[in-house]
Amino acid sequence: MNNLLTWLHSPWPWYISGPLIGLMVPLMLWIGNRSFGISSNLRHMCAIAQPKAVSVDFFHYNWREQSWSLVFALGAVLGGFLAGVVFANPDPVDLSVAALTMFSHWNVPIAGGFLPPVLFDLNWLSVIVMFSGGVLVGFGTRYASGCTSGHAITGLSTLQLQSLLAVLGIFAGGLLSAHLITPHLFSIFW
Amino acid sequence: MRFLPYLLAGVIFGFVMIKSEAASWYRIMEMFYFQSFHMYGIMMSAIATGMTGVLLLKRYGRLLTLDGQPIEIPKKEPGHVNYILGGFIFGLGWGVIGLCPGPIFSLVGMGSIGALAALAGALHGTWLYGFVKNRLPH
Repeated sequence: MNNLLTWLHSPWPWYISGPLIGLMVPLMLWIGNRSFGISSNLRHMCAIAQPKAVSVDFFHYNWREQSWSLVFALGAVLGGFLAGVVFANPDPVDLSVAALTMFSHWNVPIAGGFLPPVLFDLNWLSVIVMFSGGVLVGFGTRYASGCTSGHAITGLSTLQLQSLLAVLGIFAGGLLSAHLITPHLFSIFW
Repeated sequence: MRFLPYLLAGVIFGFVMIKSEAASWYRIMEMFYFQSFHMYGIMMSAIATGMTGVLLLKRYGRLLTLDGQPIEIPKKEPGHVNYILGGFIFGLGWGVIGLCPGPIFSLVGMGSIGALAALAGALHGTWLYGFVKNRLPH
């Protein structure tokens, strides 16, 4: 029992969590021929919220048929609460030495949790940075019809060329901003 | 009841996003700086497992979905430009906020205000795409 609790509280190695994420692909197919992916829910949420007066075609469809997907997203929120609050890992992320050195150069503390405290909590830096980054994430994932789950996991494991293109684009964009923008954020704002 | 399997699948997914630390900004930066194998191990073993699972589902063709349909793998829409450019724009955001859409939902569940701001941004970005969609190359 103690072992189970310890295990639920600790982070899992890549060779446990990777295969669990990969299993989502056949699992969603088996549940109901669904393609495993999460970002389409952003579109459904827009479709729900869209006022009739400013109707944009892209959000004009019967989102109720996609309720299963919204339920999946709700599950992801609950899963995050369980793993991150109920079974929280008390220790900071166990990063490589190279990463630790880099973050100390950036003046970013390695606190417990998943975002640097300055981005996790409520303050104007987190709101500006997280909101603007979020705009790019929302715009890009819809333009590409998918994100890491729909393309890198589902698309690549079902050998779809479009997903390979998307993954190459994602990685190129991520490398560029992680190297050219992110290191300067903290020095600009601090 | 019909939605219960999706809820459970979602809970597992959200739980693993946190436990794998794929939802960690630190892990994503470490990945983009090639400082650890962790995220690459996750991606490669996830793809290998997904591929094996799909092959097995195809091999045992008589296996049906929970609601009794034959299993069919949904195909992506044809296109090139939208996948590359869309992916690139998404990547630009990911390299800063260190969260892709799955982790955004999980971190909202953890009560992160930053993730909530990212979700609000992502909804605005999604809406903006819908608004300018017809003027973009696809």
